Parts: sequence; C-alpha cells; structure tokens
Amino acid sequence: MSQVDFMAVPRLAQGYRFQWEEAQQNHVLLYPEGMVQLSDTAAAVLSLCDGERTVQSIVVELEESYETDGISEDITQFLEEAEAQGWIKYA
Amino acid sequence: MPKIPPPLWLLAEVTHSCPLQCPYCSNPLELVPKKDELDTEGWLKVLHQARKMGAAQLGFSGGEPLVRKDLEDLIAEARKLGYYSNLITSGVGMDAARVEKFRELGLDHIQVSFQADDATLNDYLAGTNAFQHKLEMARAVKASGYPMVLCFVIHRQNMHRVAQMLDLAVELQADYVELATTQFEGWALANRDHLLPTLEQVREAERVANVYQEKLKGKMKIYYVVPDYYENRPKACVAGWGRVFIAVAPDGLVLPCHSARSLPGLDLHNVRDHDLAWIWYESPAFNYFRGEDWMKDPCRTCDEREKDFGGCHCQAFKLTGDPKNADPTCAKSPHHYLIEQAIDTSKLNPTSAKPLLFRKRQNSINISPITI
Repeated sequence: MSQVDFMAVPRLAQGYRFQWEEAQQNHVLLYPEGMVQLSDTAAAVLSLCDGERTVQSIVVELEESYETDGISEDITQFLEEAEAQGWIKYA
Repeated sequence: MPKIPPPLWLLAEVTHSCPLQCPYCSNPLELVPKKDELDTEGWLKVLHQARKMGAAQLGFSGGEPLVRKDLEDLIAEARKLGYYSNLITSGVGMDAARVEKFRELGLDHIQVSFQADDATLNDYLAGTNAFQHKLEMARAVKASGYPMVLCFVIHRQNMHRVAQMLDLAVELQADYVELATTQFEGWALANRDHLLPTLEQVREAERVANVYQEKLKGKMKIYYVVPDYYENRPKACVAGWGRVFIAVAPDGLVLPCHSARSLPGLDLHNVRDHDLAWIWYESPAFNYFRGEDWMKDPCRTCDEREKDFGGCHCQAFKLTGDPKNADPTCAKSPHHYLIEQAIDTSKLNPTSAKPLLFRKRQNSINISPITI
C-alpha cells in the first residue's frame, strides 16, 4: 500500500515547469538545466498537481476522464515517485 | 542516414566580456570583441528560430551575460516563447533589484558561480574583489524564490577546500551544488600545468562529496564531475555532436559545442547569413561528426562508441593534432600517454617560468597560439 495521504495537496516543486512541447509531441517537466519527457499518464497526473486539488480529487477527476476506476494505486505510486524525484511537494 | 532530431538545448553566449579574469575559463584565447557582438535584434532572431525548431532549455552564458544591457529584453522574450531559461553568472553586474526584475520577466533559474569558499582565494582566482558581492547575490537569488544553484569550478588550486565549499553551500541554503572540475579548453588549457588536479586531490574530493551527499540527502543535491583526465574513458561531449545542443557565440557563429571554433577544417556558419534550421540540419559543420562514418580506430570498432561518440573532438585536436582521433583521455587511445604525461608534469608543480595566465583582453592579444 502506498503512503500517500489522500487529503494532501500536491504542487510542482519550486523551479519546475510543466508544459507541452510541440516539436517533441510530448509533455515535459523542465527544471534547472534539465528536462524529463513524460508519459501521457504521468502528464495527466502532473497537470492536476496545482496546489489546490487534493490527491483524492485528482483520483476522482482522472477516473472520470478515463471512464474507469481502480487507478488510484497507479496514481499514488506515481506521486510517490514524483516526490522522491523532487518534482512535487505537498502544500 | 537516420532522421536528425531537433536541438533541445540552446546556449546563448551573449558576450565574451567579463569582469572576472579566471584562468580556468574555457572561452577561446581569442575573445570576440564587443563591436562584433550580435545586437538585440540578432539575439531575438536566434531565440525565435531555435524555439521553433524545438529547443526548450536556454542558457544565457558568456563571458558574463550580465554585461549585456539588453539581457532583460532577451529574458522577457524567452519566457514568451516558452523556454526554460537559465542564467549562468558570476553574479557581478546585478543587484537584488535586477534579480527581482529577472524574476518578474520570467527567468527560471540563476546559477551563481564561486571560485572558492573564502574571499582571499576566490578573489585571487577571479582577479578581482568579487566574493562579498557573490555572497550577497547568492542570498538575493534565494530570497527571490529561485532554486539556489551554486557552481564551484574546482582544480588544483582550490580542490583541497571542497568540504569548506560544501559548508558554504549549506550556509547559503543551496538546493543544488555543482562541483565542476575544470575542462581543459581555451584559457584553461593554456594554464593546465597550474590547474590539473592530482589523483589524490580528485579521489579526496570525491570522498568528501560522497560524505556530504549522504548527509544532505533530500536537502541538497551535489553533482561532482570527475575530470576526464582521470576517468580512462572520455565524456560524451555535449551529449554527442549535433544531437541535443546548439551554441551561438557572441558574434553569431553557430557551434555544435562551445569550443568548436578552434577546430580546423570546420565550415562554421553565422546566424547573420543563414537560418538556424539550415545550419543544424544541413550545414557541413553540424554533420561533420554525426553518425559513425568519420570514426577511426579504436572508436570505429569500439563497443562504447554509441555511449561517448569518441569523446571530445576539440580535446583530440588540441592534444593529438587530429579531431577525428579518439579523445586521448580514453585509455584505448594510442595517444593516451599524452594525458599520463600531463598528469606527471603537473605533479612537478610548475615553476614561475610560465606564470598563471589570467583571462584578460590584454593577455588575449599578447599570447600567440599555444603549443603543447
């Protein structure tokens, strides 16, 4: 089981920028002198890490937009990884 | 020929002017004079063209980019275009108000470099009293809400103080610290006997960096780059020629790596005359070391050729006379003995016969091309 608190509010860490790159046809995360190319699912989660939504509401929104349920574990796993990488912080 | 990917990194070397005189500078010995620099329009054109091709990371570098009065205009345009922009600076030429202005205009990151952790050594190496101001600027950068990124260029003359450098980084609440060993290009190569660290220094610095890395896990990231002279394998210079990285020199010359100006037989082009896209995809210079057809032995048959692409061509040229030779830092290179000789020579501790050459216009004019 993941350790992510569903009421926590994630946001991008200071100095990180999330954007669509036309030339790469990919969402990327930019940071000091570096760049990560994101998978579609990673991009979908990060786009909602806006410092306002809780983890719970991110899960609900993504389940609605993908018309599925049971992806909560995937999302929290990704959030754990993103936090470990220093991409996100919790408000 | 496989499809050529677009550049992701644009290095805008907006000027060679610099208030500092660091003898480890990797700029060429012949500095571009101010009168030959691209004007604001010229740089805006570069930013537009590179972004359209796909460049996402932008470095403002030099020289000291703060010398340019139009840096604010370039930063604002970079933000509009969607670049992630990095200012690589000594800190000399800004104050807290200018840092704040950069922030408002959308600059993403400021990297402040230090020559050492204490005023005496720092200012000796910089050739000017800059240390106190650097400290203030590092604090101003942090206070402005930027991630704090510090860079210490390390070499024989300051490498014994890596622990103190990291202590300073902790005090300044750095998020990232780069301990970058001098790369022996340009001025640094002319000063190699003074700057090349000993093996003991390199290993000790590595040990100290590891201790701090462990201690500061999750708080501060430390990057320690072992000098290629001690690695037995070359670095993949600029992640491979014409693959990721495009540099524009102060005069508009477009370079696959920032030292490429020194290579013979390269037909380099200028953004004043050609579109960046043509230069990147079509020009002979950018295609010169793409692929593997140019390779000689031992690179041609080496199973690591897709990892390091033969290493640094500028280093191969400067040390062996032929840029198509394997980078001599590679132990497989038949010229590797040149690296071993350089290490042996520097161990002797150079005499005053060849003094440390500080990077100044006057020295740039006085020196003739160096021979090794």
